[in-house]
Amino acid sequence: MLELSPAEWTAILLSLRVAVIATLVATPFGIALAWLLARKDFWGKSVLDAVVHLPLVLPPVVTGYLLLLTLGRKGLVGGFLAEYLGIVFAFRWTGAALACGVMSFPLLVRPMRLSIEAIDRRLEQAAETLGAAPWKVFFTVTLPLALPGVLAGMVLGFAKAIGEFGATITFVSNIPGETQTISSAIYSLIQTPDGDAAAGRLVIISIVLAMGALIAAEWFARRATQRLHGN
Amino acid sequence: MLRVDIEKQLGEFSLSATFTSEGRVIGLFGASGAGKSSLVNMIAGLLRPDRGTIVIDGETVDDTAAGIHVPTYRRRIGYVFQDARLFPHLNVAQNLDYGRRMNSLAPDPAQHKRIIDLLDIGALLDRRPGKLSGGERQRVALGRALLSKPRLLLLDEPLGALDEGRKLEILPYLVRLRDEANVPMVYVSHDVAELRQLATQIVMLKQGRVTSFGGVKVLT
Repeated sequence: MLELSPAEWTAILLSLRVAVIATLVATPFGIALAWLLARKDFWGKSVLDAVVHLPLVLPPVVTGYLLLLTLGRKGLVGGFLAEYLGIVFAFRWTGAALACGVMSFPLLVRPMRLSIEAIDRRLEQAAETLGAAPWKVFFTVTLPLALPGVLAGMVLGFAKAIGEFGATITFVSNIPGETQTISSAIYSLIQTPDGDAAAGRLVIISIVLAMGALIAAEWFARRATQRLHGN
Repeated sequence: MLRVDIEKQLGEFSLSATFTSEGRVIGLFGASGAGKSSLVNMIAGLLRPDRGTIVIDGETVDDTAAGIHVPTYRRRIGYVFQDARLFPHLNVAQNLDYGRRMNSLAPDPAQHKRIIDLLDIGALLDRRPGKLSGGERQRVALGRALLSKPRLLLLDEPLGALDEGRKLEILPYLVRLRDEANVPMVYVSHDVAELRQLATQIVMLKQGRVTSFGGVKVLT
């Protein structure tokens, strides 16, 4: 019943690639930031926290426009990257991944931060008395105990990334095969006569992906609780 | 083997303790709030004295005048907490092996077996901490601390969270440990009977001050 055309497949696969790359690249930064926000007190912490959450409340078109201004070919950072390192984000699928990464970052960080905050710090002290240097404590105690939260954050971030529309289309436009994700393909289709059936198929695909991600995130959260109780 | 001469201000509470001990088991005795745990945490390096020195086994681990503060993980101490603090994501065998791995020590199967036998925890190795009784947890915590080959073992009310029956179950293990394990201990307790059985020397703390120091007979 779901017969997908090659163009639709292209959009789906591109969406998956963009969301996977965005999530994988964002994860190490997300873990580092979650740890920083959960554990450290420093000057400007609340400002940093607000900046991270900004994409959640800003109109996506604003975030996309800001990305274009800074990382576009004529942007301050983008010009430098293109000139000296040959890295271009604007109107490329990598730019779509970047936009999705930025937009999904608050959702990715939040469960990670909560799971790090929930860890009993006395366990980390115990690890230290057993001879573990701080970085070893992080990798052998903190991170394994936070792992379900880390995975939940990745799943949520992925789900957000795969559905991102506003910032992506503003930053990298809507080029089939390069930057046309599921969302922008749906947007194009509903503006085309006779596009309803194709749009409907893609709508079903996005619902399935989003539901799957939410169920997975819920499952990881349950695992986190079990893990902390040592069962 | 243990020399302590420290001062520490904790809010309204001031702690000031000086003692030197060669004893095999130093009993740190006092009511709750006397400063016992703070003192042990300072020996462990988890808390930093405002002023003073701590010397373990000839090594100065704290000397505020000289700016020395050896971090906890380099003090080569073992610490058994009242609440065991086993790692919930590791099974008993992995918990026991943790200190050896962190200190990159070579496996020592003979000692491993000796301590597992001494504490009777061989049957628990595959279990997760969540599936252990309070007494079992405390025995595993003891084994975990000992297997990191510490030069000083700190025990902060290790029986405090157990009911009377369980206490009587663990006490013989502690006596065996004292007589066979060959690791000097600092044993914190507010229970006179426990200390009579275990300690060879007593440091009595009252409201942050050492009020008496000597053999077990000071516990009267």
